[in-house]
Amino acid sequence: MTPLLEVRGIDKSFGPVQVLHDVTFSAYAGEVTALVGDNGAGKSTLVKCVGGIHPIDAGEIVFDGRPVQVHGPRDAGELGIEIVYQDLALCDNLDIVQNMFLGRERKSGLVLDEATMEELAGQTLEGLSVRTVKSIRQRVSSLSGGQRQTVAIAKAVLWDSKVVILDEPTAALGVAQTAQVLELVRRLADKGLAVVLISHNMNDVFAVSDRIAALYLGRMAAQVRTADVTHAQIVELITSGRSGDLGLKNGTAP
Amino acid sequence: MSKVKELPGEAVVTAAGAPSIVNSSRAYLERVRGGDMGALPAVFGLLVLCTAFAVARPSFLTAINFANLFTQGAAITVIAMGLVFVLLLGEIDLSAGFTSGVCAAVLAVTLTEMGLPWYVAVLAAIVSGLIIGTMLGTLVAKVGIPSFVVTLAAFLAFQGLALVLVNEGTNISINDPVIKAIAQKNLPPALGWGLYAACVAAYALVQLVRARKRARRGLVAEPLSLIAGRVGALAVVAGVAVYVLNLERSFNPELASLTGVPIVVPVILALLVLWTFVLGRTAFGRHLYAVGGNAEAARRAGIAVDRIRISAFVICSSMAAVGGIIAASRASSVDPNTGGSSVLLYAVGAAVIGGTSLFGGKGRVLDAILGGAVIAVIDNGMGLMQYGSSVKYLVTGFVLLLAAGVDALARKRAAATGLR
Repeated sequence: MTPLLEVRGIDKSFGPVQVLHDVTFSAYAGEVTALVGDNGAGKSTLVKCVGGIHPIDAGEIVFDGRPVQVHGPRDAGELGIEIVYQDLALCDNLDIVQNMFLGRERKSGLVLDEATMEELAGQTLEGLSVRTVKSIRQRVSSLSGGQRQTVAIAKAVLWDSKVVILDEPTAALGVAQTAQVLELVRRLADKGLAVVLISHNMNDVFAVSDRIAALYLGRMAAQVRTADVTHAQIVELITSGRSGDLGLKNGTAP
Repeated sequence: MSKVKELPGEAVVTAAGAPSIVNSSRAYLERVRGGDMGALPAVFGLLVLCTAFAVARPSFLTAINFANLFTQGAAITVIAMGLVFVLLLGEIDLSAGFTSGVCAAVLAVTLTEMGLPWYVAVLAAIVSGLIIGTMLGTLVAKVGIPSFVVTLAAFLAFQGLALVLVNEGTNISINDPVIKAIAQKNLPPALGWGLYAACVAAYALVQLVRARKRARRGLVAEPLSLIAGRVGALAVVAGVAVYVLNLERSFNPELASLTGVPIVVPVILALLVLWTFVLGRTAFGRHLYAVGGNAEAARRAGIAVDRIRISAFVICSSMAAVGGIIAASRASSVDPNTGGSSVLLYAVGAAVIGGTSLFGGKGRVLDAILGGAVIAVIDNGMGLMQYGSSVKYLVTGFVLLLAAGVDALARKRAAATGLR
C-alpha cells in the first residue's frame, strides 16, 4: 500500500536551531496515524510544514504518489490537506453553518446562499453521525468543548479533504466528550480519509490509531503498526528515542 | 467542493422541535435570559422615556415635536450607523464627529464658495469621507497603531482642518434648495403613504419568500404567524408615525402649511436597508462579523483581515460625511463647530444604547437607529422641560453608562449560562 501523504527527509531550522532532522513520515488513506512525541519533539512543526505554514529547508512532500510544493495554507487546502488546530479557530459570535463555511461561503450572485450552505453543513454533520448539536443555526458560543471540536472537524472534512490532521483534539475535553471525538476520528478514517492524530494521551493513541509515529528531539524514532507495539515501548520511544531493536532508524512503515 | 459522502442516515441535525410561534418565542426568551438582549433595552428605554416626557410635558406628544425628533436625531443616527461597522471589529472611531464636520465644510466650500452644483458638492463631501476612512483604516490595519490613538489624533487634526476650510472661524451659509430640503422639507402626504405601503409590502414579501424557499428545501423555516406578527407590528408602528407626520403642524396653516414625512426619514431608511443587506446577506458582512468575533480564525479561513478593517473605517467615515451633509442641511450653514462638541459621543452612545457591543462581533445597523432615537428623545424632552445643557449632558452620560453596563453584564451573564 502506498501512503497518501508522505514526507521524506525533511529538515527544518529556525535560525540556528534545527527542529527537524531528516524526518520521514507517512499517512495512509483509511487509517489513523498517531503522531506522538514529547514537548518540543517537533510534532507541531512537522504538521505546519505539511500545512504550508513553515517552508521546509530540505526534503520533499509526496502526495498521492507525486511530489508537491506546499507554499501556503491555500496550497495545502487545494491538495485536500486540512489541519484542525488546537485552538480550533472558530468564531464564537457566528453559528455552526457560518463557521463551517467561513471564508468559502456559497453565493448566488452577490447574496449568500444560506439554504445551500445549511443543507451541506447538515449533511456533513449527519454523515459524521453527529447527533449532539441541537440546531446547526446555534451560535458556536453556546457549544460545549466536544461539540466545538466536532464542528472544527466537520469544517475540515466539508471540503473534499483527503488528509485531516488533528492537533491534540482531546486535550481540553472531559471523558465523555473525548470518547465522542475519538469515535468521530475513527469514523473519518473508516470513510477513507487519511487521519493524522497528534496526541499526548497514550490511551487515545492506542484506542484509535492504526500506526504510530514517534518523534524524538526532531528525529523520527520509529513509525510502527499499533498492533505490533506495547504501551511501554511507545513511552520509551518518546522519552529516549529507542526501545529494544526499535528506534532512531528513520522510520518508514514496516 | 463536494462534501464527504454521507451515510444514508436519519435526519438528525435539525432545529429543536417543529417551527411554531410557541417554540420561536421560547427560543427568544431563552436568548434574552442568556444575556443576548439585542434591542430590548433600547426599545424599553424609549417607551419609558416617551411616557415620562409625555406626562411631564404634554407638548412632547404634539405632531410638530414628533417631526422635530427626526430632524434633530438624523445626523447623529447616520454617524452612529457608520460607527457600528467600526465597533463590530472591536475598534473605535473617535474622529467620526469631526470627520462629519470636515466633510460638511467641504460641502459648504464647493457649494457656496465655488458655486458648484449640489450633486458635485455632495460627491466631494462623500469622497472626502472615503479618503479619510482609507487613511484611518490603513494606519490602524497596516501600520498597527491602535484605533483609539489614530482617531484621537484625527479628532484633534480634523478640528484644525475644519477651521482651515471655513477660513479660521467664519461660518459659510448654505443656500442651495436641494441640500436644505434634506433636513428641512417634507414629503407630500400622499407620497408618504405610498412609501409606507411599499416598505411594508416589501418587508412582508422578503420575509415570506425566504420562509417559503427554506420550507421548500426542507429546512427549518419561520412560522407564518411569527412573520405576520412582525409585519403587523411594523405596519402599525410605521402607520401611526406616518399618520402623525402627515398632520398639519404649522401654527398658521393659511400662511404656510407644514405636513408630511421629513425627507431625512426615507434617506435614513434607504441607508438602513442598504447596510442591513450588506451585513446580513453578503460575504463581506459575514467576514466583518468573523473578524470582530475572532480575527485569528478569520485570518486562517483565508479572509483578508486588513482589507476588512480598512473598509469598516471607510464605511464609517463616509457615513459620517452623509451625517455632516444632513447637519449642514439642518443648520443651513457650516461652522468650525459642525460635528463638534457632543456629536461623536452621542453617536457612539446611540450605537451602544441600541445594543452594539463595544467588545466587537455583535451589532446591527438598526441598533444605531434605535439608540439614536433614545438620544434624540432625551435631548428633545429635556429641552422641552427647560433643563439646560448641564442636565442634558448628565442624563445622556448616565444613559450611555447604563447601556455599556447592560452590554458588559449581558456578556458576563452569557458566559455564566454558557451562551458565549
